[in-house]
Amino acid sequence: MVPWSIEELKRESGARAAAGELLFQLADDDFIMGYRDQEWLGLAPHIEEDVAFGSIGQEEIGHAALYYRLLEELGFGRADDLASLRPAEERRNAVLLEQPNGTGDYLDNPHFDWAWTIVRHYCHDLWEIARLEGLRGSRVTPMREAAEKILGEKRYHRAHQELWMRTMASRNGESRERLASAVAHVGEWAGDLTEWGPARKDLIEWGILPDPDGVKAQFRHQLEAFLTVLDVSVPTIRMPFNGREGQHTKALTKALEHLSEVYRLDPLAQW
Amino acid sequence: MENPTPETIEGLLQAVHDPEIPSVSIVDLGMVGSVEMAGDVLNVSLLPTFVGCPAQRLIEAQVAARLSKALPGYHIGVRFNLTEAWSSTRISEAGRKALRAAGIAPPGRTLDEVACPFCGSANAVLENLFASTSCRSLYYCKQCRNPFEAFKPL
Ligand SMILES: [Zn+2]
Repeated sequence: MVPWSIEELKRESGARAAAGELLFQLADDDFIMGYRDQEWLGLAPHIEEDVAFGSIGQEEIGHAALYYRLLEELGFGRADDLASLRPAEERRNAVLLEQPNGTGDYLDNPHFDWAWTIVRHYCHDLWEIARLEGLRGSRVTPMREAAEKILGEKRYHRAHQELWMRTMASRNGESRERLASAVAHVGEWAGDLTEWGPARKDLIEWGILPDPDGVKAQFRHQLEAFLTVLDVSVPTIRMPFNGREGQHTKALTKALEHLSEVYRLDPLAQW
Repeated sequence: MENPTPETIEGLLQAVHDPEIPSVSIVDLGMVGSVEMAGDVLNVSLLPTFVGCPAQRLIEAQVAARLSKALPGYHIGVRFNLTEAWSSTRISEAGRKALRAAGIAPPGRTLDEVACPFCGSANAVLENLFASTSCRSLYYCKQCRNPFEAFKPL
């Protein structure tokens, strides 16, 4: 297939819509993940980890900003508005990623769950890496280049999460139990993470992401291989909601209200 | 006045720094992507070390200010190119030296290839992949017993 610039992609409305669908999934995933990460500020298990996890959250938001900028170039609206003003039903993030870090609230009695946070993040990292590697075969040049740029950083995220999971798995008793129960808990929500929504067929036909099934198989394979190394059972995956089709939980509505509170005061302000 | 050469532009940008690494210029960090000149229009593209680096707008403004002041009469465009990948091999030899002088180990080819910026020993352990900024990791030197940060290979 002939490579496309953004301008060339814009000329085929079906292809533009499919690329937009995929970019919204990538952007919204990273945006809500970055938000959940940053809720840990001041609460992570130790001070160095606090700094580390803050950096990871900042990178997630940075990656989201790059995907929103591509959406802006495709004519979907201003990047900042796409990030801050879209209501829950327009979001395409996986429902797994919008779930809270635990019970309580950032400001009010937080009882966050580190094992759940890390395992969920690991699944997010694995899925984003699989999608970005899938985009290497894309005909859309700027999407291919953005994927390459972000991949280098995502591998560090995955390595960070893997290290924590190895550490938790290496201690018997409470540590291993918490890890195993976090893995099972992630399975309860993870079904829509690897869904493509309505765009799957068009992604293939237009050559935007040529092999979505291969991407999914890679994710499954890597997840199962790593859990086997840790000697933790592979969870049953359920899909209570499908965020790729705009189905979301109250947790997202609440997070978005909080996130956009300041932005809505003056959407044209320069931050 | 003669048209400035790319070397002149580079020389001017030696005065611009990433605020998170004030001792190393953006030229030595390899953040200057391309310099294009056509008539009185000058376009500079910059490469962020990490996509989410929060200093991008500030650096953009400083580059524009520096060039406008030195080259009055030119129309100057500065933009971060977010799709062209930066790599840690873009850091110049002068940049690596300046990083060491600032107590930051320059990037190796892998995370294991690191030398303590204080004593030079390679006997260091990785404490955390992420340190005070995205582009650095945290190590502990077993020789001189100092913690230090190292630029991540990318
Ligand atoms: Zn040392």
